[in-house]
Amino acid sequence: MYTMVLSICHRITGILLSVGLILLVYWLVALASGSLAYSAAVERLRSPLLQLLLLGWLFSFFFHLANGIRHLAWDCGFGFERRQARASGWAVVIVALLLTLLSVLRVLRTRGGFA
Amino acid sequence: MSLRSPLGRVLGLGAARDGVSHWWAQRLSAAALAPLTLWFLWSLLQLDVADFESMRLWLGAPAHAIGALLLMIVLCVHSRLGVQVVVEDYVHQAAAKLVTLVASDFAHILVAVAGVFAILKVAFGAAA
Repeated sequence: MYTMVLSICHRITGILLSVGLILLVYWLVALASGSLAYSAAVERLRSPLLQLLLLGWLFSFFFHLANGIRHLAWDCGFGFERRQARASGWAVVIVALLLTLLSVLRVLRTRGGFA
Repeated sequence: MSLRSPLGRVLGLGAARDGVSHWWAQRLSAAALAPLTLWFLWSLLQLDVADFESMRLWLGAPAHAIGALLLMIVLCVHSRLGVQVVVEDYVHQAAAKLVTLVASDFAHILVAVAGVFAILKVAFGAAA
């Protein structure tokens, strides 16, 4: 049951990250458009809604990365036993939460928010 | 008794003919993205992202621009393959599936071109 939930979460976070690609490109295009356009984009990214989206995106990224490594290990033939698969599943969630927390702490300490 | 022809069994391509290459491309792009994304995120965490000039200078350095270009292209490849799998699994009506897949392809190419162009413009503009 639990590993099944993780599997669907891999797809959901993947789709979220695909949508987030638009935001990444928006930011890059703003950077290429000069300092005025860039400040406007940064101002927009500082809105509470987008900060929340960026937080969700950050967690999605770490989850997708950690679970993706788990999938690559499976593809190489490791960790298929039920106990191993459950344990690595928990490890994925803990690692993703921890890396998100560390990034947020770092961002808050250096500049009070994403962007 | 198998209904597969001996030739089909030897080639091992399956009904879609390109399943194996899709599978490989998805895994290889995933393996490439692990270091690329971590490098990019780590760099962003060190930088003053809100400051135009420091971001422009950072992305203008050849090593950073090359890394960002690789990241952009591999991200789009991986994303396109992933979205394709999800669409094929959950959109069952043939016309809707085709339209969604084509729309996804166009969107991914647009995003890739815009991203690559933006990085190159910043990189070529920032002659240090």
